[in-house]
Amino acid sequence: MTWTELQTALGREGYVASDDLSVALQLALSLGRPLLLEGAAGVGKTEIARTLSAVKDTQLIRLQCYEGLDASQAIYEWNYQRQLLSIRASAEAGETGKAVEDRIFSKEFLLERPLLAAISQDVPPVLLIDEIDRADEEFEAYLLEILSDFQVSIPELGTIKAKTRPIVILTSNGTRDLSDALRRRCLYTYVEYPDRTTELAILKARCPQIDALLGAQVIGFVQKLREEDLEKTPGVAEMLDFAAALMGLGIADLTRDPATLQATLTTLLKTQSDQAQITTEVASRIAGKAA
Amino acid sequence: MSRVTKFAGRDPGPHARVAGFVGHLRDNGLRLGVAEAEMALRALCLVNASAPAEARCALRAICTGCKEEADQFDALFDSFWMDAGRVKQKIAPSKSPPASDDVHSSRDAKGEDAGAAGSANAPDDGEGEAESDGTGKLIATELRNLSRKDLRDLVRPEDIAEAEAVARRLGAALRDRRSRRRTAARKGDRLHFRKTVRQSLATGGEPVRLLHKRRPDRTRKIVALCDVSGSMTVYAQVFLAFLSGLMRADTTAEAYLFHTRLVRITEALRDKDAMRAIGRMSLMADGFGGGSKIGPSLDLFAQTYAKRFVDGRSVVLILSDGYDTEPPEIISGALAKLKKRGCKIIWLNPLKGWKDYAPVATGMAAALPYLDLFNAANTLDDLAALDRELGAL
Repeated sequence: MTWTELQTALGREGYVASDDLSVALQLALSLGRPLLLEGAAGVGKTEIARTLSAVKDTQLIRLQCYEGLDASQAIYEWNYQRQLLSIRASAEAGETGKAVEDRIFSKEFLLERPLLAAISQDVPPVLLIDEIDRADEEFEAYLLEILSDFQVSIPELGTIKAKTRPIVILTSNGTRDLSDALRRRCLYTYVEYPDRTTELAILKARCPQIDALLGAQVIGFVQKLREEDLEKTPGVAEMLDFAAALMGLGIADLTRDPATLQATLTTLLKTQSDQAQITTEVASRIAGKAA
Repeated sequence: MSRVTKFAGRDPGPHARVAGFVGHLRDNGLRLGVAEAEMALRALCLVNASAPAEARCALRAICTGCKEEADQFDALFDSFWMDAGRVKQKIAPSKSPPASDDVHSSRDAKGEDAGAAGSANAPDDGEGEAESDGTGKLIATELRNLSRKDLRDLVRPEDIAEAEAVARRLGAALRDRRSRRRTAARKGDRLHFRKTVRQSLATGGEPVRLLHKRRPDRTRKIVALCDVSGSMTVYAQVFLAFLSGLMRADTTAEAYLFHTRLVRITEALRDKDAMRAIGRMSLMADGFGGGSKIGPSLDLFAQTYAKRFVDGRSVVLILSDGYDTEPPEIISGALAKLKKRGCKIIWLNPLKGWKDYAPVATGMAAALPYLDLFNAANTLDDLAALDRELGAL
């Protein structure tokens, strides 16, 4: 599959990928390297993994990172309650220590977490490590080990090697600087807000029933809104919500009804100060400019 | 688009060219090794390498690692492959806001100012805070100092050693008690199941001895911003020594200087030789002892570096007297942005140690609502005495 074919395949699943992103994705697939996607919230970083798993017709395994995420949540954990019960049961059955130990530390008692699950699939899955910048440095270190060797060491069980190498996609909002070591192991793409034509294509792909005039207005409006000094710039997902809201309300022309337009802005503006800043007048001015 | 570079006939081939390109990127500050060069070659085999646009996308994915590098990449690509000539770019372009008319950078000044009528050193025109009387009220100067000062004259090695000890004490006082990761401990709030189950094997599945785990304390990351404008010159000795001590004691700390601009001095201060570090800093602190633009500097910090280096575990330490030439709203806006990142903000004001001091400077008053701690500090001893208060944060 060349990158253009990949781009078309993603397009069929409703994801409009830029050339940069398609080439990077294609390289990540062929070179077997993880791909690190950075960009503002709402530009479609997570969505790309979902779409890729649909294109490849494989499972998506997602690991949402958060502060304090540790090995027992990300890699594996023993099922302690079952182990305790099993030890009690075997004591009554008169089993010896060694046999019990072998049994309770077998795969049967192992709870797979996303990273272990991802390397023990028969078909290579898409492993999405979402918002890696939220996890702390310690977790990054685990991840480095897994991403370079694709194996997990469990003291009681030995080393589990990957059956197949998952397609790894990491996303980051840039809330924290990632270590150079992690960056070096990944291919990198910065995902920008889409330009007018691309965003229109996204809207058409996701919302085919939208009227051409309204579609152009929506995109024009959102693009102009992004130029305002907002705390949280609306992303692609917000734009789609906005379009859906307008269609749901049966609005055909943005400039006609400022009050309803203002009401639908709740889909785009997500903080109180942003809502205060974009008043009805400002909104209709932007709508007028965009039209 | 410019034409594609023609390589000389004796050029040994694509391998050497790609290696040359990686070398070119390395010369321009991208951190790339042999592995990247090899991967770049493999990547070019996978795309249509003779189409510049495709090669550009592919090489960008391989060779860049963060947004700054990605932004820089296009120009570097053009300069190597598109015959635009080798242009060395600055690795970190300074992000200072466009200077207003009354401020002249010493970089573009040709030195006439120094010999001119002397307006640079003349008192202000009588308006504003300085007017009242001659009893030495401090105001912020609006002009940049055009001379460079060698900070090595100000800071002595003994001070740095002492400051290092102080910084260690402060670092120890600043513990974050909100770690979410648990480690094994004799006493703790949760059971350490893994160990408990292991030990219970010996007692036939009866968990006789319960083992615990608890949340350990974490060190906090200190981010220090030091005002080195004219009004702060007298305190600079203490604060600069403190900064360099801090950087030597704490490997995660960050340091910045600001006057009319903001400069990151973390890397410079990490130099193994303490005095050489101070020397490097004075090269960067061009404009030392000049005017102060606290608000814009903090705002720039909140919008750029803070996004990378400040999080919920950070403590932002501002060392300044609060005399600002810009409107106070800028300070409060910047601090509000900073506060949103979840950090603690501590402002150490040397003037607070004065008798009858009240934070009347408009800038200082605007900052007060956002501060977790507002304290005096003019000497290293004062800084050392802070550990109690910091522990309570």
